[in-house]
Amino acid sequence: MSEPLLEIKDVRVEFEVRDGIIRAVDGVSYTVNRGETIGVIGESGCGKSITAKAAMQMLPKPGKITQGEILYYRRDKFDPSRPTQLVNITKLDPDGELIRQIRGGEFAMIFQEPMSSLTPVYTTGTLISEALFLHRKIPVTVGDQMSQKIMQYRPVTKEEAREISIEMLQKVGIPKPHERVDAYPHQLSGGQRQRVMIAIALSCQPFMLIADEPTTALDVSIEAQILDLMRELQESVDMSIMFITHNLGVVAEMAKEIVVMYMGKQVESAETVSLFYEPKHPYTRALLQAIPKIGRRSGERLASIKGMVPDPFHLPPGCVFHPRCPSFMPGKCDRIVPTWKEAEPGHWVRCLLYEDV
Amino acid sequence: MEEPQVTETGPEPQPQAQKQELSQAYWSLVWWKFKKNKLAIVGAILIFLFYFVCGLFAEFFSPYLVNYQSDHLESRPQPIVFKTPEGKFTLRPHVYGTVAELDLVQRKRTWTVDKTQIYPISFFVKGQPYKLLGLIPMNIHLFGINAEKYPEATVFLFGTDRLGRDLFSRIIYGGRLSLLLGLIGQALTLVLGMVMGAISGYYGGAVDILVQRLTEFVGAFPDIPLFMALAAAIPVTWSPILVYFMLTLILVFIRWGGLARQVRGLILSLREREYVLAAKSAGASDWRIMSRHLLPGTMSHVIVIATLMIPGMILSETALSWLGLGLRPPLTSWGVLLQEVSAVRVIRFAPWMLIPVPFIILAVLAFNMLGDGLRDAMDPYGGR
Amino acid sequence: MAERIATKSENIILDVKGMKKYFPIQKGLLRQVVGYVKAVDDVSFFLRQGETLGLVGESGCGKTTVSRTIIRLYEPTAGTAYFQTSLFSADGKPEMVNIFDLDKEQMKRIRREVAMIFQDPINSLNPRMSIFDIVSEPMVIHGVSAGPEMEETVVTLLERVGLRKEHIRRYPHEFSGGQRQRIGIARALSMNPKIIFCDEPVSALDVSIQAQTLNLLQDLQADFDLSYVFVAHDLSVVQHISNRVAVMYVGKIAELAYSDALYNDPLHPYTEALMSAVPKPDPKYQSERLIMQGDVADPSNPPPGCYFHPRCRYAVDKCRTETPEFRELKPEHFVACHRAEELKLKGV
Repeated sequence: MSEPLLEIKDVRVEFEVRDGIIRAVDGVSYTVNRGETIGVIGESGCGKSITAKAAMQMLPKPGKITQGEILYYRRDKFDPSRPTQLVNITKLDPDGELIRQIRGGEFAMIFQEPMSSLTPVYTTGTLISEALFLHRKIPVTVGDQMSQKIMQYRPVTKEEAREISIEMLQKVGIPKPHERVDAYPHQLSGGQRQRVMIAIALSCQPFMLIADEPTTALDVSIEAQILDLMRELQESVDMSIMFITHNLGVVAEMAKEIVVMYMGKQVESAETVSLFYEPKHPYTRALLQAIPKIGRRSGERLASIKGMVPDPFHLPPGCVFHPRCPSFMPGKCDRIVPTWKEAEPGHWVRCLLYEDV
Repeated sequence: MEEPQVTETGPEPQPQAQKQELSQAYWSLVWWKFKKNKLAIVGAILIFLFYFVCGLFAEFFSPYLVNYQSDHLESRPQPIVFKTPEGKFTLRPHVYGTVAELDLVQRKRTWTVDKTQIYPISFFVKGQPYKLLGLIPMNIHLFGINAEKYPEATVFLFGTDRLGRDLFSRIIYGGRLSLLLGLIGQALTLVLGMVMGAISGYYGGAVDILVQRLTEFVGAFPDIPLFMALAAAIPVTWSPILVYFMLTLILVFIRWGGLARQVRGLILSLREREYVLAAKSAGASDWRIMSRHLLPGTMSHVIVIATLMIPGMILSETALSWLGLGLRPPLTSWGVLLQEVSAVRVIRFAPWMLIPVPFIILAVLAFNMLGDGLRDAMDPYGGR
Repeated sequence: MAERIATKSENIILDVKGMKKYFPIQKGLLRQVVGYVKAVDDVSFFLRQGETLGLVGESGCGKTTVSRTIIRLYEPTAGTAYFQTSLFSADGKPEMVNIFDLDKEQMKRIRREVAMIFQDPINSLNPRMSIFDIVSEPMVIHGVSAGPEMEETVVTLLERVGLRKEHIRRYPHEFSGGQRQRIGIARALSMNPKIIFCDEPVSALDVSIQAQTLNLLQDLQADFDLSYVFVAHDLSVVQHISNRVAVMYVGKIAELAYSDALYNDPLHPYTEALMSAVPKPDPKYQSERLIMQGDVADPSNPPPGCYFHPRCRYAVDKCRTETPEFRELKPEHFVACHRAEELKLKGV
């Protein structure tokens, strides 16, 4: 059994706006294991990014976590022998000392649009160094006591930061890192900017990388490069990745486990192969059928999901998917809210087809 | 596992009603956000009052005509009191009378407040005749002293100037020219700036370079020397009204460039929007693209900029008139009123002549508050 | 080439030859031209009545510029684009007219027969116009309809694309992305066009909405005998909807063929690498991925020879110096690669 790093338990996030309350995330639970990749997929507005932001205590205003807990099994970054500490992130002050250490230092995040996520007035070197000064410490041996070394940690110096920056740029595959360390974001191509984002994120050796649609804005050939890079880096540094995307192809390649979300609720979660080959929830099935697949002969019509995503202020009663569901059972699906059930070992689903009612 | 919850199948939600509400969403959202901004509301009310009182009905709201010269030269302001001549408290406002004294330092007669005389202020009182809105002959003023009962009494709430003219009335009248100049001038600036900016942004190329350089040239011109030259060029024989319009035109000429640049920038960004391409690909003419697709898109932004520019217009008039380059008596504007305070002697012996200053500040602040509120509400820089 | 067109001319509706579009790069106060972005550089293709031609490629390859230049949103630098129309012929018979030769007035008439669907469902509809105004705008511009008759047409169009009559007085922001795209489609249909240029029409939509929109486009094509030029970066979407596909790279067509031929037996290394790079929605799919190194070439300063050679795993000396010719290697399978004959490339 893998060791958990982050457990999201029955989390609900609400936004109070003029026209009422939007429940952006409603009762979502999943676990990110150490060193593994979990894929979170869903269409826009399904709450996949909001859940990740909640885990970083970075909810945009006026979002609030109103239920559930997010448990972080925190290991000491510099001394793995110390016991794991259990931190409930929902209880932390969003501006507090601890969450700021976790953010960036232990959980790092990369975003969809690499141009707007890099401050244009700083060089790549400065951007990486900034993260290093905040979160990275250099071990120093201060003495020997029997067989044990006594270690202390000091912040990185400017020269070291520059060296590490160059090293990081090299690691993420930027050509001529010695020159590029002094380049400004606008002098880089889109793919290179995303590489720099990854370099910044990884420079502090985080335990978890939250990748929010990291390749959506990139071309296919660059996307392939970045995905390859992420997999390579993950193997070498033993880091968990929470991969948020709407692209089923990307998630099939990257994730070990997948969570499918629809209108703020998770509808299905399983190991990747099981989810793609034996999808249980009608929504997952429909999604898989709705994408045109390369290599499959064209001509036939795509199976589409009828209707539209409902208005978040007027969610349908019962199962939120029932108005669009091909397996809609009148009298049941529109009245009864399905529960989160383990249909098969390791394969969870929220659908009345798998409940006796 | 836990029992599945059964939800109440209540009445169907009414998406229709909500959609209906969204129909005017943009402007209703603007109004909703604007309403929440108390300062902006205060600004809007103040501006409305300014234009209502000064702009439209100055004659009615002022107790005296603007150039009526009483024989009370440099009379001190007469305070309002709420007591009868018998010394009893009353809700009806009264004023103290004034009495002439011989000032040995200045060697002239001055008027100071005499607390022994108390006169009641009457409302809707008959006074000097005027034409309401320039059309309807009237002689009713909002307040004043009943001249038949108290022929010797005066009501100079803010005192009088060297020629014995009532400062309160003159501030109200002065506001008319100053505020209207702000409005008319800004409207002209808006038209000129939008036309030039739109042409420059839409056609680009040589036209754009020409307009751009022109705005830079105009913007780089030193204002004061230009004004002195232009003011000197205005013939003395011109009627004051003509001078007033010339001044407005000069201000417009100096200020259109900034707006043109802003509009140009907006047009440049809108021009690449796909809906503009869609219209073009459907065969729409330049005029149609400009009037239906580009200019409406700049409106919210332009309204905000224009509102925030009006105070500058008003202040320019004030400054120029104060320098003697703008409006001249017998016209009365806030700048002209302040010009009379340019001597130290006046500040020393008739400090009440500075009372127009707070009114100018208030008007400027009101416009800024309204403009800021509009900007936040329309949020032309981001958001929607 | 000339013979081919002669033999198949009866169903060719658009024939583009040697089209170039260079954007000048201007610098300095007087905006001197210091260079050109060769957005489209010598592109030739044709489109048959009722078929869909997919234009696929990475960003900056010029695929959008191709369609915008053909409908003269941009003025072409060189080339011809013959379009089959009977608008200008005296006897009402269709003839081939070079769009690039038309004057403003003639161009306006041609615009009834070529329409466009745009990518961005937010930006492609004027937020200050109602749905009625948006959909009816082409009819108003061309003065073909007015009053209740026009309203009826708009309602019919809206219903045809799956919207409802009562939507007519609403504004774009009240609709979801998929609905807005439908409005854009209704607008494109309003003049009863022959060709619709679809510029990334589904790339901004969610998966479930994407499928609906693609199906709608296919239905409309069948109903109105439309021809599509379908521009997209998503290879699987293009394969799904297109009869023939052109792969573009830095302003040039690298390969053009029937989509089965192109996807199963690619002749250009770029096509092969591009298809290999697409993430497959199948966790069991095992294949050696061909990672293209480096970035897309800069169209203002492309490398000499074949533009793709710095990223090509098969490049030889010839590729670095000589520009490959765009030729018909197999029937209806065009490719621009020196080594197309000898390479055994892998499809999907």
